[in-house]
Amino acid sequence: MPDPGYLLAVLATVFVITFALRALPFAVLRPLRQSRFVVTMATWLPAGILAILAAATWQSTVAADGQTVAALIAVVVTAAVHLTCGRRTLLSVGLGTLTYIGLLSVL
Amino acid sequence: MTPVTDSEQIAERTTRSEILTGLRLSLPAGLGMFPLGVAFGVLVIQHGLPWWVAPALSFLAYAGSLELLLVGMLVAVTPIATIALTTFLVNFRHVFYAFSFPLRTVRGKVARLYSMYALTDESFAVTAAAPGSWTQPRLLATQVAFQVYWVGGGLAGVALGTLLPGPIAGLEFALCALFVTLTLDACRSRAQVPALVLAGVAFLLALVLTPGAVLFTALLVFVALLVVRYALSRGTGRNRESTDA
Repeated sequence: MPDPGYLLAVLATVFVITFALRALPFAVLRPLRQSRFVVTMATWLPAGILAILAAATWQSTVAADGQTVAALIAVVVTAAVHLTCGRRTLLSVGLGTLTYIGLLSVL
Repeated sequence: MTPVTDSEQIAERTTRSEILTGLRLSLPAGLGMFPLGVAFGVLVIQHGLPWWVAPALSFLAYAGSLELLLVGMLVAVTPIATIALTTFLVNFRHVFYAFSFPLRTVRGKVARLYSMYALTDESFAVTAAAPGSWTQPRLLATQVAFQVYWVGGGLAGVALGTLLPGPIAGLEFALCALFVTLTLDACRSRAQVPALVLAGVAFLLALVLTPGAVLFTALLVFVALLVVRYALSRGTGRNRESTDA
């Protein structure tokens, strides 16, 4: 269990970085907008970062529960619901998670 | 009644209707934020963290997907450096929200600081959907409402998590499912395929090279691969792009 000092250090770190990312661009808006590197990275980064997060959380779920097939089926259900039912995040996440919880309880 | 009082009354009425409009505009996104906040609060309790971690993260980070990710990282006592890099990369997208966010409508130092602090995905999306229509009371009402939904959802989740007899096995899959849907939303065109392939390469490399720190290595390798890709595209496209440089 993490001790309070560690928790406070994490909270401070996360606050400083997140606030800086949101507020600093207003101070340097013009150079940012004109930087080809920054603008290109903005179009390339998000999808890949999110895919890595999906893969990493999937892997840690499998490592914790040891049910690879259940986790694979749940991902397929999540993606299928998302693409066929109008990209309603709450519905896709809800049905995908219920699928996984259900599979865990019967397997 | 002097004309000054009249115009003050009109200004007051306008402020009130602008606040109501801001609250109304916050509702659709709020319908998604509140339940996700509940899930976040339940996760905090089920992972055995103190209940105050939920509101503390919701005030200090105030970034939904990162907060959900941090729950697992906190329990594993992940090194601060990994948490810092993850925070930087996961929230890096916020850098570009400044391009179009109507901060110019907000006057006063405290109000401007709050508006920048509360520039979440939802705040950005709702302003980007109706550009040019924002006033200070409307924008601040929307942003405060968003934070109330999110912090309120987290506290409701904490309460629910405390009432549940035991942990729900498999609930943590919600985070993976969330990232799956966000990935699908982020890559709606084929232009995203190369970045996805590089992300896949980075993840597999991280899995083999540093099994104990997969996320940290994967994010770093992915950014490095994108920098190489950028350098290569600059090299091959130099003649073509020299005119607009």
